Amino acid sequence: MALLQISEPGQSPDPHQHRRAVGIDLGTTHSLVAAVRNGSAQCLLDTQGQVLLPSVVHYHADGRAEVGLRAREEQAIDPANTLVSVKRFMGRSPGDLPQAALAHYRIAHDPRVVRFQTAAGEITPVQASADILRVLRWRAEDTLGGELVGAVITVPAYFDDAQRQATKDAAQLAGLHVLRLINEPTAAALAYGLDQGVEGLYVIYDLGGGTFDLSILRLTKGVFEVVATRGDTALGGDDFDQRIEALMRQQTGNPDLSTSLQRQWRMAARQAKESLSTTDAVQYTVPLPDGTHHTGALLRADFEQASADLVQRTLGMLHHALSDARVSASEVQGVVLVGGATRMPMIRQAVARAMGKAPLTNLDPDQVVALGAAIQANALAGNAGADDVLLLDVIPLSLGVETMGGLVEHILPRNSTIPQARAQDFTTFRDGQTAMAIHVVQGERELVSDCRSLARFELRGIPPMVAGAARIRVTFAVDADGLLEVSAQELTTGVQAQVQVKPSYGLDDAQIAQMLQDSVAHAADDRDARMLQEARVEAQALLAATRAAMQFDRDLLTAEEDAQIHADMAALAQAEQSGDIEQIRQATETLTRQTDAFAQRRMNRSIQRALAGQSVEQIAQLADTLPKTPS
Amino acid sequence: MDLNQSYFALFGLPETFAVDVARLERARLAVQSQVHPDRFASGSDRDKRLAMQWAAQANAAYLTLKNPVQRASYLCERRGVPIQAENNTAMPAEFLLQQMQWRETLDDLRQAADPAGLQALQAEVQTQRAERLEAIRQALDEQNAPEVAAEQVRALLFLDRFAEELRRTADALPQPAAR
Repeated sequence: MALLQISEPGQSPDPHQHRRAVGIDLGTTHSLVAAVRNGSAQCLLDTQGQVLLPSVVHYHADGRAEVGLRAREEQAIDPANTLVSVKRFMGRSPGDLPQAALAHYRIAHDPRVVRFQTAAGEITPVQASADILRVLRWRAEDTLGGELVGAVITVPAYFDDAQRQATKDAAQLAGLHVLRLINEPTAAALAYGLDQGVEGLYVIYDLGGGTFDLSILRLTKGVFEVVATRGDTALGGDDFDQRIEALMRQQTGNPDLSTSLQRQWRMAARQAKESLSTTDAVQYTVPLPDGTHHTGALLRADFEQASADLVQRTLGMLHHALSDARVSASEVQGVVLVGGATRMPMIRQAVARAMGKAPLTNLDPDQVVALGAAIQANALAGNAGADDVLLLDVIPLSLGVETMGGLVEHILPRNSTIPQARAQDFTTFRDGQTAMAIHVVQGERELVSDCRSLARFELRGIPPMVAGAARIRVTFAVDADGLLEVSAQELTTGVQAQVQVKPSYGLDDAQIAQMLQDSVAHAADDRDARMLQEARVEAQALLAATRAAMQFDRDLLTAEEDAQIHADMAALAQAEQSGDIEQIRQATETLTRQTDAFAQRRMNRSIQRALAGQSVEQIAQLADTLPKTPS
Repeated sequence: MDLNQSYFALFGLPETFAVDVARLERARLAVQSQVHPDRFASGSDRDKRLAMQWAAQANAAYLTLKNPVQRASYLCERRGVPIQAENNTAMPAEFLLQQMQWRETLDDLRQAADPAGLQALQAEVQTQRAERLEAIRQALDEQNAPEVAAEQVRALLFLDRFAEELRRTADALPQPAAR
């Protein structure tokens, strides 16, 4: 038996051991994972040699979740069971979203959380994101040769608390330990090493497949502040594809196209667009309804003319963002381009003209965000040589509470560095008032109706006093991931009541239940709510694990076992919804017992596989143990 | 370290209204480089909790000391004169009169969508703000008269709210067209 090692506080047990940590860009159209290997950040490839994983999940009737390219192919055939762009739904209730966004799907009637009704049952955006993240986790574990200590996941700078919490929930569901959530523009800046560079203002111009985000960052002594953000969630590379398609239609007399032909045209348009980034003219061939093909030519100049208004829209937002930040283009130190669509020369030229300087383009614009996240993940995991970076991030939007008359009292202003805790005192409005409703909101506006509602809870057990005599201290605490916790406390008497709220749109109803807790008077309730929450998380984790196991090793089961496991999964899913803690625990136990043998068999199989691939594995491990810097 | 020490003590600064901003910035980074949760991302739960408390305290201290109105409020409170802005709204008649005049001017400028007029009003408000801050410095650092400073702080709270409204109005005016 080996002796246990005890290390100095703050030191990793083995200085030579590289702790595996990854950065993940969980994007609207595609996602990717990167890690620092041999001192430099690199994106990790899947078995087909692809970096980009399309953020598309296709759900099968047997519960399988297919992610990526093959799922994307299903989009046209089986749209109701194929979830695309789930990032747009994270932390959002159906009421927050435009009708058009939900048009292709069957949505369950739940005013709080979007639930897609799919062949595999009801799926929340958090679960779909977890399915994407899980694929990236497996890719990373396969490539890096072992379990990860954690991941840094990027979110748009404008993501509010609910959206951040939902992202974190998805990661947990995917079995990832979240080292930190960081803002996408900050990650892009880190990838370019701007944190080591000249202090000043940086513009991050991010034109993705379907979204445009513009951020202005100010770097001062290692602190990145988001000075301004602008964006358009309905503007991206896809719009440029459509402009090419329109040109093709002009050249062919605008034929009526079936859905299948439309897809082929869209593909041809995308290919033509990509070619026009490197050549001045391109030839294309598209199928026509009468079975013949049309071959035509497109000039870059024509494409640029047809897309000029799109480029102009991004420049308009750039102008607005500069004005929000109260700076002129000449004060900006550098411009970073992010997103595949920024490969188009017209974008690079337009940005260069508007800013009076050439943008930074030497990193792949699809990979920039993931690479920056990987650098931060490596630092947070405590790997040698990484601890001199300190990144101080800020909250993107002000946080406050509702006061009399539907007005907002801001407690934490935007751009406060996190973590952050701040208290403000309030008082009662009526004589003898024993409860106070606390409504937590996020946003810059003065009216509650113009801000986003994050959570509501009640503080009860205030001793009866005349109006204005009670002292209610409301404390806002935002952790290093930008997640908020609010508590309220009555100060004038010896009795101190306290409540805590952790708003989340992620893990179903449990958080809503948690929002209504009183701790002193209802300590038992408080404990019960927490136990229920834990039981639910456990149930969800088990369900997700079983679903994944079924996806890969279903052939290890007999037909009876398969049917039984499915029945037990359904029972657990139902129990999890019920909110009955005993029922959840029993169903969890049943499914656990029912899958014990299955797990054994899977373990056996994986050992067999590992043994078969051992020779390859050993070489990889040997490479990992070599000292990084020979002395 | 002690979480109950004053914000000034946390950053090793003298407890005065006049603050060396560069020194404050350096102190804040020095403290954060020791206590930030990123330093403990792979530490124990207890370490993480402590890091969170300390980093939050340092950030709260920084926010308070960086903003002159909040710094003045904090000093008044420490010298036994809490601001109590919500209960204590009695202001000199002269000040209230000027507030009313400013608001009328703002309404007119809003109607006329006059950016130059707004800029002039903003400048006027800023000048008065600077004068009041100087009065606070004298009251706190030279005369040890926290009640005088507290009255100026209450006026500044009004002033800052008005300045914010001016800023919003200016933003709401039509933007010059993008090139």
